[in-house]
Amino acid sequence: MKPLRNFLDRIKPTFQPGGRLSAFGSVYEGMESFLYNPRTTSAPACAVHVHDCMDSKRAMIIVVLALMPCFFFGMYNTGYQHWLACGATTFPFFDLMIYGLLAILPRVAVTYIVGLGIEFAVAQMRHEEIQEGFLVTGILIPMICPVETPLWMLAVATAFSVIFVKEVFGGTGYNIFNVALVARAFLFFAYPAHMSGDAVFVASDPIFGFGPEAADGFTCATPLGQIAASIGVPGAVTGINGLAISRWDAFIGLIPGSFGETSLACVIIGAIILLLTGIGSWRIMLSVVAGTLLMGWIANEFAVPTYPASYIKPLDQFLYGGLAFAAVFMATDPVTASRTNTGKFIYGFLIGVVAVLIRTYNNGYPEGAMLAVLLMNALASLIDWVVVRSNISRRKARLKSSCAAKP
Amino acid sequence: MKLKINKGLNLRLAGALSGYDACHAEPASCAVVPDDFPGFTPKLLVKEGDVVMAGSALMYDKFSPEVCLVSPVSGTIKAVERGERRKILRVVVENDKRHESLTFDTKAPLAELLGKSGFFTMFRRRPYDIVPPSGQRPRDIFVTAMDTAPLAMPLSARLPGDAAATLAGAVRALTSLTDGKIYLCVGGEWSYGDIPGTETVHVSGPHPAGNVGIQIANIAPISKGENVWTLDVVTLYRIGRLLKTGHADFSTLVAVVGSEVAKPGVISTYMGADMPSVLGKFVKDTPCHKRVISGNVLTGTVVSPADGYLRFPYRQVTVIAEGDDVDEFMGWANLSPAKISISRALPFHGLHRFFSPDARLQGGRRAMIMSGEYDKVMPADIMVEYLIKAILGRNIDDMEALGIYEAAPEDFALCEFVDTSKLPIQQIVRDGLDFLRKELE
Repeated sequence: MKPLRNFLDRIKPTFQPGGRLSAFGSVYEGMESFLYNPRTTSAPACAVHVHDCMDSKRAMIIVVLALMPCFFFGMYNTGYQHWLACGATTFPFFDLMIYGLLAILPRVAVTYIVGLGIEFAVAQMRHEEIQEGFLVTGILIPMICPVETPLWMLAVATAFSVIFVKEVFGGTGYNIFNVALVARAFLFFAYPAHMSGDAVFVASDPIFGFGPEAADGFTCATPLGQIAASIGVPGAVTGINGLAISRWDAFIGLIPGSFGETSLACVIIGAIILLLTGIGSWRIMLSVVAGTLLMGWIANEFAVPTYPASYIKPLDQFLYGGLAFAAVFMATDPVTASRTNTGKFIYGFLIGVVAVLIRTYNNGYPEGAMLAVLLMNALASLIDWVVVRSNISRRKARLKSSCAAKP
Repeated sequence: MKLKINKGLNLRLAGALSGYDACHAEPASCAVVPDDFPGFTPKLLVKEGDVVMAGSALMYDKFSPEVCLVSPVSGTIKAVERGERRKILRVVVENDKRHESLTFDTKAPLAELLGKSGFFTMFRRRPYDIVPPSGQRPRDIFVTAMDTAPLAMPLSARLPGDAAATLAGAVRALTSLTDGKIYLCVGGEWSYGDIPGTETVHVSGPHPAGNVGIQIANIAPISKGENVWTLDVVTLYRIGRLLKTGHADFSTLVAVVGSEVAKPGVISTYMGADMPSVLGKFVKDTPCHKRVISGNVLTGTVVSPADGYLRFPYRQVTVIAEGDDVDEFMGWANLSPAKISISRALPFHGLHRFFSPDARLQGGRRAMIMSGEYDKVMPADIMVEYLIKAILGRNIDDMEALGIYEAAPEDFALCEFVDTSKLPIQQIVRDGLDFLRKELE
């Protein structure tokens, strides 16, 4: 690795103030600290001299790793749904994977180029180090959008989200709302025709000439969409081929939906990675599950035909839509979640409750997880404020009693 | 009384002491650094070339003239080093090795005796963690007989076997300073029994259990308007000796430890001793850059091995690798068990017995991202994250409400160690305390 180090050292002056490429100083610094640990050492006094080797780069990379099962399954499922739409009966694994890869790669590239471009520019403007927060956001955005989202829309949504949700608040660590979810919400509200409906969740055309041609005018709604659209007691949800979707298929994730969210099995693998490494908060995950089950149970107990989604069994809430994905990867974003331990329980619980409320009692939005998390992002600081107050009032009570004890 | 601390962390560092037998190392010179005594505004009493005895005053406090910093050895004033705006950086005394010691009048009032002998500057007052301003009466006095810091030598091992009577004498005298209690917080290795006049608290648990701030917060927390004095048991013993003999004893045992020390050991020397005499042949003969810390790796001060001096609280010197000469390729992806961490994201650190970390930050400085990290190592009812935010925002009401009066930088050292965002938490707390003191006093 010595030649690489030497190369970096040789080109360093070009990027330093006064150098020819000083406008890209942050980019250089970002790359250098990515390749080699910074040599910065602790301050000489009033500081600790040794530090825990855990840093934010490691944390972000672990989240990206935890997303990988969902990502790979998304590739497979994109191909699978496409083959299904074409009426295929055999599903060649590698063809499916390649098709899925070709479908998602441009989208990942677009979000990273747009998002990282903005991050680099802002870091350079502020003379700051480039931060790794967008590593996670950049992969999340294509994963939570329908696979047929046009690239330019992804670019616009990413730019909007990174600039107005993150950078104007001060950058990584200061945002109030989850950046990836706001990008999704932006698309949802700005281009509703493209983002919901029957066809967007399944890729319909061959990509770069690869894959079979689908029959014209096939439609397939997501399971939650079908349930919301049904009149009276919903029947069995069906796939593109018209056959009923079994619970096992839904658990594995062979259902139409956004790219990365369909597989409960892969979400659980991701959750295990996050919990074992201690990066994701078990308090939030657990309480989202508890909130969902409780509200799902209440809704199911009082099921009425006016709200067809109220017939969903509490446990089935996790099988369809993005709730499980949101619970594991969205709700646990430490920056936008509640930061106190007690607060995390309340925050997660309310996400579960609100998500089911929206799913069940608002037929306009078959999926409520996105709005639930965004709503609770807004309330997270309020929850923390109340928790912190309790610490403050304990201290005040002590002061009062010690004043009373004095003669 | 028993106190069990549950949260905290004992760092398993390489280079620990194997025994406490000391060999003597006579310092060539000793220095007194006024910066080690926050709240003490130094006014010089000597000039270069003056002859002083051990216990002679070198500086007095501008605001309480009877409180002095004194020379730990006899000899001549070698240098008065000043910095910007003529700030006194340190006063260096050349040791004449005759150990002539000033005799103090033990019949004088205790406050005066403590002030003149220099021992008063070794007290600290909470809030603000400063040398107590004169004329105040503390609510309680806390004496800690524990040092749970990484690689530390237990405080009780620094006392002679027959220390109990001397300690009792000192305690008897100190009761005149407070209307409250004198708490003595002892660890498992304490062998001197109950000292009459004190409320003995048996403390157990990982670091920071030995930090007096954590002990106060768990025994009798400080509210706004209260003040508490703290000192360590070695200073208490020295006060007892002073009362008995009239001589102030500034000899001290220093543990020289750390991963870059060839054979960790204890030396007996004097407070403020010069580093060459302390380090002697201890430091390993390896080419890597080294960091010499007067103190432990969590709260110590970097000193120069060539012209540095032992800094208050004069207990320990730790030598570790500096790390600014290391190139680590993609270190954030490294899963080596030799990387020190409490995070399960480095799953194999549990396999390693003793770590030899260097002084690198091990990452880039970030805004607070991960939540709940600090609470894992803060065994007191303080919401660290919110207190830090209040300090950074200079919000006095919130600082008070969140317990800044209970805080001293050292109590937050472990929070700084575990911080994923590598924030300088101790410095933030110190700045916050200084800011508050300036605004309110």
